[in-house]
Parts: sequence; structure tokens; C-alpha cells
Amino acid sequence: MRKRMELRSIIDRTHHIRRSDLLVFSTFRNENVRLPYFLKYYRDLGVSHFLMVDNDSDDGGTEYLAEQPDVSLWHTRHSYKRARFGVDWLNYLQMRYGDEHWCLVVDPDELFVYPFCDTRPITALTDWLDASSIRSFGAMLLDMYPKGGIDTVPYRRGQNPLEIATWFDAGNYSIHRNPEYLNLWIQGGPRARLFFSDDPFRAPALNKIPLVKWSKRYTYVSSTHSLLPRGLNLVYDEWGGEKASGILLHTKFLDTLALKAAEEVARKQHYAEGQEYLAYAKRLADGPDPWCKWSEKYINWRQLEILGLMSKGNWA
Amino acid sequence: MTIGVVMLVHTAFDRAEQVIRHWVSGGCPVVVHVDKNVSTTVYDSFVTAVADLPEVQFSKRHRCEWGTWGLVAATQSASEKLLANFPDVRHVYLASGSCMPLRPIAELKRYLDERPRTDFIESATTADVPWTVGGLDEERFTLRFPFSWKKNRYLFDRYVEFQRRIRFRRRIPAGLVPHMGSQWWCLTRQTLSAILQDPDRPMFDRYFKKVWIPDESYFQTLSRLYSQKIESRSLTLSKFDFQGKPHIFYDDHLQLLRRSDCFVARKIWPRANMLYDTFLGPNSSAGTMAEPNPGKIDRIFARAVERRLRGRQGLYMQSRFPNEFWDSRFTSAPYSVFEGFTELFEDFEPWLARATGARVHGHIYAKEAVEFEGRQTTFTGALSSSPVLRDYHPQMFLRNLVWNTRGERQCFQFGPGDNQAVSWDLAKDPNAQISVISGAWAIPLFQSNRNFADLRTEAADLQKIESDHLEALRSIYAKSRVRIWTMAEFIESPMELLQTVIDEIGIRDARRLTEAPRLVELKGFGQFLQNLKNQGMHPYLMGDFPVESAPDNRRQSPRKPYLVR
Repeated sequence: MRKRMELRSIIDRTHHIRRSDLLVFSTFRNENVRLPYFLKYYRDLGVSHFLMVDNDSDDGGTEYLAEQPDVSLWHTRHSYKRARFGVDWLNYLQMRYGDEHWCLVVDPDELFVYPFCDTRPITALTDWLDASSIRSFGAMLLDMYPKGGIDTVPYRRGQNPLEIATWFDAGNYSIHRNPEYLNLWIQGGPRARLFFSDDPFRAPALNKIPLVKWSKRYTYVSSTHSLLPRGLNLVYDEWGGEKASGILLHTKFLDTLALKAAEEVARKQHYAEGQEYLAYAKRLADGPDPWCKWSEKYINWRQLEILGLMSKGNWA
Repeated sequence: MTIGVVMLVHTAFDRAEQVIRHWVSGGCPVVVHVDKNVSTTVYDSFVTAVADLPEVQFSKRHRCEWGTWGLVAATQSASEKLLANFPDVRHVYLASGSCMPLRPIAELKRYLDERPRTDFIESATTADVPWTVGGLDEERFTLRFPFSWKKNRYLFDRYVEFQRRIRFRRRIPAGLVPHMGSQWWCLTRQTLSAILQDPDRPMFDRYFKKVWIPDESYFQTLSRLYSQKIESRSLTLSKFDFQGKPHIFYDDHLQLLRRSDCFVARKIWPRANMLYDTFLGPNSSAGTMAEPNPGKIDRIFARAVERRLRGRQGLYMQSRFPNEFWDSRFTSAPYSVFEGFTELFEDFEPWLARATGARVHGHIYAKEAVEFEGRQTTFTGALSSSPVLRDYHPQMFLRNLVWNTRGERQCFQFGPGDNQAVSWDLAKDPNAQISVISGAWAIPLFQSNRNFADLRTEAADLQKIESDHLEALRSIYAKSRVRIWTMAEFIESPMELLQTVIDEIGIRDARRLTEAPRLVELKGFGQFLQNLKNQGMHPYLMGDFPVESAPDNRRQSPRKPYLVR
């Protein structure tokens, strides 16, 4: 609750929100270069309003967002880490504005993919989930990377990052079940393979539940990895069947990362003292190439479905 | 003579209006029932929206909740109004606001004109229908259901349990045989009016008010009393999934719906603009009088339900994580495990690859590194050869390996020197074909040039580990296909035994092995074992090797009788 004090409204267009609107919640810091494509991608899916928290950017992203007709913007100078990596801020905003809306919580470098996303708008998915009495929808984080080193092709503002970061790891994920919150804990992919091969326990969690029919009684526990009440974390079937699920294409591995890693290591605002960024910074110096001959080239959601990374469930 | 439409609407009024206009333009009068739960303002604006159409009337409103009597009452009121006010109507078509005609109304008319006495209503006895939800079929008709299934599931379930316990049974009115079927029908005026004007109707209504989901049984049962000819199928294409809710059609189903030749489909997503534009747009009839053929759509939806209920075997992912006690399949495809073969034969891996065409790995659970085929540092699916990553979740590693290489047989080596974490999983996996030459771990020790004291300790360790593993393979929980030979047994007739193992892999067509892998030099092995025994460590897993004459394989190989056959 205290966390709301940390947020200062820059522009509030929440009165435009209609009852059936799908809302995107996002927190960012110095992501100006990614924001135009981020907005375009989600507008095309049928998202009607963005509620964004700017954690003290100084690259012009704030000004850009303030001009957008479908964005409500808050600003904070406070610690990302102390706000449990932004969760507290977004939990507050979701409680305030997200009640009984479908809410999608994504970072600016995450692109949400769901079954039939090339032919059906996201409201088709949420209508179907409503009809099936499902309130939470899982989407694993899939790290995308370019071929031939992270910084060989520079990313242009507004460009589809998937034009550069086209590749991914198809089948090297490990899954543990978290007995406390009942969510699955998925690790693996290029980050585990490259940066955490000597300490896989610390490899970043890839399980996410970004799309939830929100209620003010709900709360995200740690990032969007798990929620309370715990029942919302049961986005998987335990009897052998498959529930419908999606993918968050994670386009972090672009030339912008090196800059970011240096900055984040200095700030130490990320999980476990920014272990992850420390590892990147260390490895990035030698110009690593996550690409290997078994890397898979991204085509579309059907490919991810066939590879078993996501599922249509019984949606047809 | 024409068709009259009874339309039940509760949401998406703009689409309902569009469909109503379509029916009317096809010459069909429509009587609309709007759910009483809809607010008066919405209702009024809907009525004004279609006020320009004299063929559209509104019936008395009832409160409709899924699975309750309200839906039947609504249908009754609307049907009565339709029959009374439009004397031309011969067939009455029951539709909802989210139903959409796929073929020109004229074709439907012609179809019904050719069958003027036929009632199209899916109607089957309870014993014959598998599509009931909640395990209630016959009991729908013999218990009472005062509590809502949607809103008050707890009381619903408890009350059903209670009635079962006290053996409560309602009496089914005389002459009625309960039938069930799709809610969407098309009845003739004769049949429908006979049902509605039956002198016993108050009694039937009283009975069906307490039946569960009466909209799927009221007309289905009563039409059996009066109909001259029942065609037990619905003209409306409407598929239900395992939760009993209808599948929804979207724009990407356009071609599928077109080719189905069905007259009406349900349920259409209200924002499927392309579907509405195509099917309700200007007449684009092919003019053929094809019979409805929903087979392909049926298959697609059946597959979807299958995916939800059974899933893809051996796949572990974010939305499929089977509990090991409920799904014993550990992996997605058969694979082969070889234990002791690389120790006994010098060139076993390349030989096996040539003989079977399968993908042959080394010891993928070796402590130092994952020995992928060709000792690559990554493998299919970008699996890493790092032993730390593998050992972080050894089970997932194997599942991933087998899943990633679907369509290609995997073979790998295993032994007591490897990480044993998957020992029991291998034993329990019906997909595993495990062939063991026990005691072969002693060969590398025998060949090595190390101090005997160290060898002795290591031999003792390996023997203990392998014996534990064999215990798993022989336990009553083992579901894998296991073959265990002692080393002594195996070298008696190696080719014969190899042949049986390889036949079982069955990739290449059954043919005899023409080339043998090279056995390692075993001269002095018996003495080596004796030395271990003399030191107080009794190696027993390899069977009996005489001290003086280790079998000399190279002399044996040329006289294999089966090669001559």
C-alpha cells in the first residue's frame, strides 16, 4: 500500500477505459528505443489501454508515452528492487484500475504470442477463457537471439525486434514444481546454457502468468511468475492433458543489451544483486554468440505449438 | 409454406439483429425471445432497432439460466406466438442469436419442402449418449435439481449425493421415454403444436421443471410421442467440448464452414466480422443441394478435446505437467539403453549406428560430460553437453532428448560409472528398451594401468552401483523391456544376442547382421578377476570366468553358424 505513495501520475487517461477493455500494465526504465514497436504490437492485438510506470527514465521515453492517446503514465524515482522488481507498483495500479478486466503484464521487450494470434484478436482469447471459466493464462518466456553475436545488427527504433532476434532454444528447459505457490518453475534456454552452466539453480525463471482476469483480491507474488491466491498458478494440467498456453517472446538479446547490462550492474536493482546482469556483463565482453547449429528459427505460433513450447489446449 | 424462426437472444444484440434481418429477407418470420436478465433499456433499444420489420415479433420474456427450465419456457412462449400469428409456417426452426445460416435460406426452404413431414431433432435414449457432463445421464430424469449448477455447484453436488444415498427416484410420467439431444431443432407445425396443445402438458411441464437441463430433453422426449417421422439429427452444426460448452467459430474457420454444407452453425464469435460479412452478405449460393457434411469440423474439435484431455505423451511443458502417479509414460517415444556394450566391444557405437540407422550416443549420463553422438557440445533442441545443467534435472534431460528427436530412434550407453539419478525412471519407463551385460565395467579396470588397491576399491563401488541398478530393473515396478546377461553368458554367443536386441529396435527391415563388432582382448581377464577375489573383493556380476583360459573371441567369430544360413 505504501508503494502507491511512490507513484506520481504524469498523465491519467484511465477515464477512457471501458468495462470490457483489455489492459496492458508495464514498468520500464530507459526503453525509449523499444516503446514504439511495443505499442504497435499490442495495439494490433486489440489492446485498448496501456498503464505504464516509468522508473526514472532519462532517454525521452516518458515524453513519447505521454503523447500517446491510449497511455496512462506514472513516474517513480524509487528503488525497483525495493518495490519487489516493480511488482508492488503494478499490483497497486491493477488493484485500482484492473478489477474485473483482463490484464496483461508485460515488459517492453516481451511480445505475447497465443494460439491463433495470427488470425484472432486477443479478445477472442479472453472471451473464450471467460466462457471456459478460466481466469489465468500462462505464457513461458522464450529468449530470442540473433545469429552471429548479439551486437552485429543494430536495432532501429520502431523496428520489429524479431527481424534481428529470430532464433531460440527449442528443447532444453527444466521444470520443477513449486510446492509453496503450486506454480511451475521453468529454467533453461540460452541464458542457462551460456551464463549459468555452472550454477543452473540461479538461472532466471521463465514461467510467467501474464494474462489474468484481475480481481482486487489478487496479487502477483514475484514478478509475474506466481500469484495469490494459489489456484491461479495452476495453469498446467496434472492428469496428462494440455491446457491452452502462450509464449512471451523475449527480445532482450539485441545490441541494446550491452549498454543496459553495464547500467544495471552499477544500479544493482535486479534480482539477487543483479547476478544475471553481472553474468551478462562478464560474458558480453568476449562477444558471445548464443546461436548454435541446433538453434531454431522462429516462424509462427504453430511452430511453437508443434515443438511443445505452448499449447492450443481445447481451443480450436 | 415457409419456415418460421424462434430465436433466443441474450447478448450480442447487434449480431442478433443482423441475423434476424437475414432470416426475414429470406422470407422467414421471426419470433424473438430476449432473456429477462437483460436490462429493459437494452431490450427496448433492441425492439426499436427491428421495429421496421413487421415479420418480427417479441414473445413473453423468461429468465434463462443454463440448464434450467427457463429456456424451455422461453421456447414454448415464442413457438406458441409463432404458430398463432404466422399460419403459413410449416417448419419451425429453433435458433439462438449466435446461430448463423451458412447457406441461402432458399436452399433450406427447398430442403424442407422436399421433406414436409420430417422433424429434425436429435433425440436419443440416455443409454446411448456419451456426451453428458457431470456424470449425470439417467439421473437427470429421476432426481430433483433445485440448485443451480453454475452458481451453486456445492449444494447441487451435495443434494445429488443425498438423493443417491436415500435412493430417491422420481416417477417418470407414464408413456414418456426420456430422450436427449441437441437443444437446436427444426419441427413441423403438426408435431410442435401437438406438444404445445397436449391436454397433459401441465403434467409434463411440472415433471420437466425439475429435470436437469430440460432444454436438451423436453422437446426431444415429447416429439417422440407425436412425430410421424423423426430424423434424429440437428440441422444446426453445434459442437460441444468436454465441459459441455459449445465450440466457437472464428474467421479462420471460414473455409471449413463453407465446405461443411451445413445450413446453420453455432456458435459464432460476435466479432468474427469476416464470417458475418461472408455468410450474411449478398447471396453467394453455389446452388447445389448437398447434404450437410460436418465430418471435418467434427474431427478438428474432437482432436482439440483429445489434446486437452490426453495431451501429447511424454511432453513436459508449461501447461502439461503430469503427475508421475497418474501418467506412467516418462518419455514420448521408444529408445534403447545399452549397458556394458561399449566396454565389451571396441567399436560398438559406430557399429550400432550402421546396423540400425538409429542415433547412437555415448554415455549421456557420464560424470565428466554428456557424450552426445560425435561428442557435440550441443544437441537437438540446443541441449547442452554440460553435466551440471544435465544433473540439475536429470529426468527432464532425458525427456527433452527423446522429445526433441521425435521420429528418430535414440540409443545411448549407461553404466555404473554414470550419474544414477535416472536409474529408476529408466526401469519404470515402458518406452525404454534396456540391454545389460552385467559386470562389463570390470574390463576397463582390467585394461587400465593403475595400482591394484585403487582398482579393488573402484571395482567394489561399481559392483555395488550396478547391483542396485539391476535390482531396479528386476523390481515389480519395472515396466521397461529389460534383458540382462552376465558377461560370461554374453560372450558365449554374442551375435545371436545382439541380433535379438537389434531386431527389437526394428528400424531397418529384419535382416541378419553381417558384420560383427570387435570384442576386446580378454586374455588374462579370468586371472584379473581371480586377483580381485584373492584380495577379498568378490566380483560376481560378470558370471564365471575360468582362470586359465579366457575365451578368445577372434577365434570364435569366424565360426558363427547363423552367418551361413
